[in-house]
Amino acid sequence: MYDTNYHRASSVEEAVKLRSSQDEARYLSGGMTLIATMKQRLAAPSDLVDLRHVASMKGISVEGRKVRIGAATTHAEVASSSALRAVCPAICHLAGMIGDPHVRHMGTIGGSVANNDPAADYPSAVLALNATVVTDRREISADDYFQGMFDTALEEGELITAITFEAPEKAGYAKFPNPASRYALTGVFVAKSGSGVRVAVTGAGSNGVFRVKDLEAALLANWSAESVSSVTVDASQMMEDMHATPDYRANLVKVMAKRAVQAAG
Amino acid sequence: MAKVTLTVNGRTMSSECDDRTLLVHFIRDKLGLTGTHVGCDTTQCGACVVHMDGKSVKSCSILAVQAAGSTVTTIEGIASQGELHPVQAAFNQHHGLQCGFCTPGMVMTAVDMINRHGGQLDEQTVRHELEGNICRCTGYHNIVKAVLSANEEMHGASRQAAE
Repeated sequence: MYDTNYHRASSVEEAVKLRSSQDEARYLSGGMTLIATMKQRLAAPSDLVDLRHVASMKGISVEGRKVRIGAATTHAEVASSSALRAVCPAICHLAGMIGDPHVRHMGTIGGSVANNDPAADYPSAVLALNATVVTDRREISADDYFQGMFDTALEEGELITAITFEAPEKAGYAKFPNPASRYALTGVFVAKSGSGVRVAVTGAGSNGVFRVKDLEAALLANWSAESVSSVTVDASQMMEDMHATPDYRANLVKVMAKRAVQAAG
Repeated sequence: MAKVTLTVNGRTMSSECDDRTLLVHFIRDKLGLTGTHVGCDTTQCGACVVHMDGKSVKSCSILAVQAAGSTVTTIEGIASQGELHPVQAAFNQHHGLQCGFCTPGMVMTAVDMINRHGGQLDEQTVRHELEGNICRCTGYHNIVKAVLSANEEMHGASRQAAE
């Protein structure tokens, strides 16, 4: 790892100020991606601004159907939140499948959403739940936020402080994990609410997380695993790598979508 | 350079290190506690698992400066007064190891797992919870047996104490 300078922020304002004072600074949340990347010398930030001690960015609040998850909330906290489980168990299920227990004790929702890894789990939930990404300066809708592989609407130095959403009537998540890394080879999050059905896919797309409008239409007409069968998923938009061909991933989208609908009930 | 102060196994310990120093190297090289191992250095094997503020973490993926001010428990800190921790005793009894390299991480993982599940552990849960720890010798069977046995011992004992 190249040398770096560590700073510990105690408030959002302090974090943003520390980050903007150095050109090559990066925010450090749980560090489960960033530290590993730095160890491989694929990232070399001059400065790190630690967010783990910013109290206002932690914790989960549920008021009626309105959910707010602080950006520095860990996967383990999301997975074990009884308040969240009562209104949206699918997101608890998703968080409990990320990495391993030790990674879940450190990794955070804000870090995952900011990084927007094309095979990360959370982007599919944020997009399917039509969530809002709250930052230090504005609120961004999920449809505007995700812009491609590792690419988001975040500006230089912009800091995610929370993820908010209205709990859907039904939601489910199913993923086919890469057996070695546990990242999603394909993961599908489905959500049904008064405003419609949203289906978001992670791990499979050649340009990051995406919605499948044909699946949404089919599930809106008939919320059942069978209605997924009639839809054709376009393989030309799928990722190709040593783990799976585009055709295989396109098929996995349907299989995972069926399982997600079954899990949602 | 930073001065990092931690409470390790109940003792306050300090040392200077680079900001980029990983917690596992700080524990091994600066504090001389070499029970915590470095197996893969890529966050996969779990040989470096310690408890930070009561939660299991991979100390090869955390900077020492991130942990500053925290309470850390390593494999050296779980036996008390010469008595093995019930998890250590169960690994011994059930031969939950062969070469022993992964054992410190396995034991720290098992202690965290048993604490979190409050006695509600079955074989499937144990196997799922071990996904962040790799053992290349045992095939895991005896590790799983040891964890289940220690769980019984720890929660059986606490039930007796409560009665």
